[in-house]
Amino acid sequence: MAEAVDLRVVGTTPVRPDGVDKVTGRAQFGADLNMPNMLHGRILRSPHAHARIKRVDLSKALAMQGVYAAVSGADFPMLASGEVSGEAGGDLADIARNVMARDKALYHGHAVAAVAATSLEVAEQALDAIEVDYEVLPPVLDVLEAMAADATLLDEQCFTKGLSETPDKPSNIAAMVKLARGDLEAGFAAADVVVEGEYRIPMAHQGYIEPHACTATVNEEGKATVWCCTQGHFDFRTMTAHILGCKIADLKFIASEIGGGFGGKTVVYLEPVAVMLSKKAGRPVKLVMTREEVFRATGPTSGSVVRVKVGARKDGRITAAKAWLAYEAGGLAGAPVGPGVMSIFAPYDLDNFLVEGYEVLVNKPKVAAYRAPGAPQSMHAMEVALDDIARQLDMDPLDLRLRNAADEGTQAPYGPKFPPIGFKACIEAAKKHPNYLAQVPEGAGRGVAAGFWFNIGMQSSAEVRINEDGSVVVMEGNPDIGGSRASMCLMAAETLGVPYEQVKTYVGDTESTGYCMVTGGSRTTFATGMAVVRACEDIIAECKARAAATWGVDKDQVEWQDGTAVPAPGVNADVNPLSLADLAASASATGGPILGKASLNAQGAGASFSINFADLKVDKETGAVEVLSYTAIQDAGKAIHPAYVEGQMQGGAAQGIGWALNEEYIYDQDGVMENAGFLDYRMPVASDLPMIDTEIVEVPNPSHPYGVRGVGETPIVAPLGVAANAVRDAIGIRINDLPMSPPRILAALDAA
Amino acid sequence: MSKVHVQTTINGDQVEFLCVPQQTMLEALRDVLGKLGTKEGCGTGDCGACTIMLDGRLVCSCLMLAAEAEGQELTTIEGIAGPDGLHVLQRKFLEHAALQCGICTPGFIVAAKALLDRNPNPDEGAIRYWLAGNLCRCTGYDKIVRAVQDAAKELAYQA
Amino acid sequence: MGEFAYVAPTSVADALDVLREHANNGRRAQMLAGGTDLLVQMRGLDKAPRTIVDVKKIEEANRLDIGSDEIYIGAAIPSAALNENAALKALLPGLIEAADLIGSTQIQGRATLGGNLCNASPAADTTPAMIVNRGVCVIASGGGNRELPVEAFCTGVGVNALADGEFLLGLKFPHPAARTGDAYLRFIPRTEMDIAVAGCGVSVTLDADGRCVDAAVGIGAVAPTPLKVEAAAEALIGTKVDDDALAAAGAACTAAASPITDKRGTVEYRRKVVAVLCRRTGAIARDRALGAS
Repeated sequence: MAEAVDLRVVGTTPVRPDGVDKVTGRAQFGADLNMPNMLHGRILRSPHAHARIKRVDLSKALAMQGVYAAVSGADFPMLASGEVSGEAGGDLADIARNVMARDKALYHGHAVAAVAATSLEVAEQALDAIEVDYEVLPPVLDVLEAMAADATLLDEQCFTKGLSETPDKPSNIAAMVKLARGDLEAGFAAADVVVEGEYRIPMAHQGYIEPHACTATVNEEGKATVWCCTQGHFDFRTMTAHILGCKIADLKFIASEIGGGFGGKTVVYLEPVAVMLSKKAGRPVKLVMTREEVFRATGPTSGSVVRVKVGARKDGRITAAKAWLAYEAGGLAGAPVGPGVMSIFAPYDLDNFLVEGYEVLVNKPKVAAYRAPGAPQSMHAMEVALDDIARQLDMDPLDLRLRNAADEGTQAPYGPKFPPIGFKACIEAAKKHPNYLAQVPEGAGRGVAAGFWFNIGMQSSAEVRINEDGSVVVMEGNPDIGGSRASMCLMAAETLGVPYEQVKTYVGDTESTGYCMVTGGSRTTFATGMAVVRACEDIIAECKARAAATWGVDKDQVEWQDGTAVPAPGVNADVNPLSLADLAASASATGGPILGKASLNAQGAGASFSINFADLKVDKETGAVEVLSYTAIQDAGKAIHPAYVEGQMQGGAAQGIGWALNEEYIYDQDGVMENAGFLDYRMPVASDLPMIDTEIVEVPNPSHPYGVRGVGETPIVAPLGVAANAVRDAIGIRINDLPMSPPRILAALDAA
Repeated sequence: MSKVHVQTTINGDQVEFLCVPQQTMLEALRDVLGKLGTKEGCGTGDCGACTIMLDGRLVCSCLMLAAEAEGQELTTIEGIAGPDGLHVLQRKFLEHAALQCGICTPGFIVAAKALLDRNPNPDEGAIRYWLAGNLCRCTGYDKIVRAVQDAAKELAYQA
Repeated sequence: MGEFAYVAPTSVADALDVLREHANNGRRAQMLAGGTDLLVQMRGLDKAPRTIVDVKKIEEANRLDIGSDEIYIGAAIPSAALNENAALKALLPGLIEAADLIGSTQIQGRATLGGNLCNASPAADTTPAMIVNRGVCVIASGGGNRELPVEAFCTGVGVNALADGEFLLGLKFPHPAARTGDAYLRFIPRTEMDIAVAGCGVSVTLDADGRCVDAAVGIGAVAPTPLKVEAAAEALIGTKVDDDALAAAGAACTAAASPITDKRGTVEYRRKVVAVLCRRTGAIARDRALGAS
């Protein structure tokens, strides 16, 4: 790991390389590609939340003028179970059934058929001509009812995974996860205070502004090219190949610019359908979701019921903690209950705990990753319980957390011992922060909570090429959602010792660069960044060898300083230093173009912790909440581009505030989402929020050349607890469930 | 279905096109006129990604029929940068890292320009309420508001 | 199945001809003003083909007259234009506030009083504000213009009093009496962009001693149509519009409300909050009337 004092460009905030195209409207997003001879596709979606599909007849649609292809579940191969890598998780067979329903429609909006036609209007008319016979089944909508022994089953083949013995009867419980340590009973017996609660949070959506979109074209040899907005085109290619039963080599995926994802674009919805339609039609097919489809048919995150019991001594030391989690998976398995279980107690050094989590099938959309998937729901409960303990003990909530904070060497609840981590540093920074030292404004309440995410590494590749003039091209494979091209340029410029402006980073398609796992899990700057640094080191080694050959010295006698090969001290070579431009200019004589590459499976993604606090004001006559101030403090390891690190913290805070106060999936009794639009799925608008103050803590991650920890996921975790605890402080009443919408707050005030 | 013939001005250019009667201006911009900088986020006027100027007023192009453009003057994101380069707002959005994914950015820039054209010195509240119809899910708005404030300051200095 | 068509008549007579001709041929025609509701409906709830009749090129739908007795606002004038009219804003601040609350800056650029009223949403922000300002609809019809009080215009959720062949041309308001103030407030969960969960408009006229001699109270989003609440007005008349009187007016609003529970609020919530809004709105209207004296 480099010493911070040595850094020249890492830690500065230059303009991102893709910036100008994005402020002028030139940047091409998912829906921005039109091809010659292109058809427009539309998807027919189930009008029932739970129904057996008895017959799908496409013939009338296919007979229509202008309709070139129609497909239904019968056109797709049935898959055996098999895991897919990455944050998307879940079983490929389930993803395949989610892309196109087979025997059953499992939620309102589940894809049942699709058409491609000369215009959207004709495609819409063709959907009306498709005949589907449904046997409507009772929808299962409540997670606790779904767990009951007599519940209607979504899947007769669902036998709970994760139990010591596979059960002999199917149920809606797809999986169970459990972690335990110590002696729970003794722990609670040693407690001076014990708090307990049950906390419910409905499904919430990532809310990216760009709807899913793709254009696919399959030629007569069966070779497909797919343009789409995705967090990972390599993983989309893998999924599509499996779902269609075709070869990876026959699929080329090009990632467009991506208009937000937050985990929601780590899994395919449209791409296999577009390829199938294009193959049948022999023409390019474009599929774009409407906003309503995005809400109804792409993965939100799990609704949850979490029960927590925590005991502590008078001095604040936690003696025991117990939790029970039930997470909605939607109609098909894949809920993030594992991370929910692993994260709930992760910030704390606990001797005695038990946490068990259940993943439950309900007739709602199949969930997908959403920023720190699974952690906000469970950690909200723990952070609220800690707030209750701090109140009972009359202790500062930061002191309570400091008293129990995990540190280097603490064994994480999920197994490993933490390497250096920044949780205590975040708490200390909060205690000294002027916003924390300031009085809580009259009539307002203050809430504090912690956040955490594991962060991941995994596989990445990068290539670095030196142009004839010495300029540098970095080629990697992670779609840039929030400025990662700039981070790659900074790390490459730092490593090579050249100015930032000399480097350009490109996101290659699946045929022009090596495999990179999805942009997600807060892995890109860490893992792909590490690959870029290694590829730059490869360049430096090559340059030193060429300089040595040029000078007729041993390559050990060449050093690399500030982007220039120089003779090592004491080497008696009367030569001029060779810059990258010099070496590039003479490349034809020294071995041809200069190229560096690296591929790796990055290990040691350091966990990222945070402390957030906020002052909220509640209108006690209407239940409206006003956010007066919000402060986010987070360990970034090392902020490569601090402005984009702040942006992650601010954006995550805004999403978390929205989730805590107003956002929710609202269902009617038939399982139809009632608020499938931005009008009534109430994400924060600019006038809902104050400036969001940030402080970046830097406790370097020893596993990364510049000390990077992923920063994208952690910011959404703390705000749920922060808001809950601030509202508690403001009105003197604990509201257990989210969102704390005005009617819920007013009802609580009235009941008190 | 008989098409409607429309003559209009877009970013100063005389433009003629045919549209179906129910086609929105957003669809005409993107699918007929190839102006893909204007984005669709919702199609129902709730996100502002399709914001354009129509005869000096800010509108959602998804809530306007293309046929209504007859005889009007439109400005889209493609018309914001001039021959001298980026508009101050565009530059400030870049300098302040006021975009992450960038899909909402064209709408924000058109809307912010309309604000500064009317009110060269807006306070934070005025900026936030003016831009309340533009959803951004990445930034939490902080850096966007700062970019607009800074642009206003620079424009005032130039004036 | 019919086809979509778009026409933009330039006179009332031409527009009425289009409507008559469609009625005679059994074809559907629908008026377009700002389009901020119509285009959303065409995308989702009601995709059926029809002829769209754009009223924005008709002079009477775009005229704004502030006379000494009467104020006339064309049905097709966008909210943003109303908000920019300082004279209008000084006379009917509550009405302009209500118009200014509808949607975003972008929506303001298109949305109109006429469209808001014709859409007949129970939650329309401007309707209670027009009711308390004694608004009168000017309706173009085959037999010449006819007039109807705003409170009688909405007859149900999404249903209005226009007969076939008629359309809304504009709205008339009496010039407010001396020492009159109006105001409108609504409650929404966010600070912008939501549909009212409850709304309340109040207009009061005070005598030289600050005693209320005339009042009107209108409420929205708490019944199938916006309502004029006479009992709330009576609770204010004869008082100094003090806290007790406002509380009584608020209670009358709660009593008049017959709300539903939906994705935006509950029955209990709406009943309570409409009273809170009435108290707050009434106090603003009173202070404006005092300031105007």
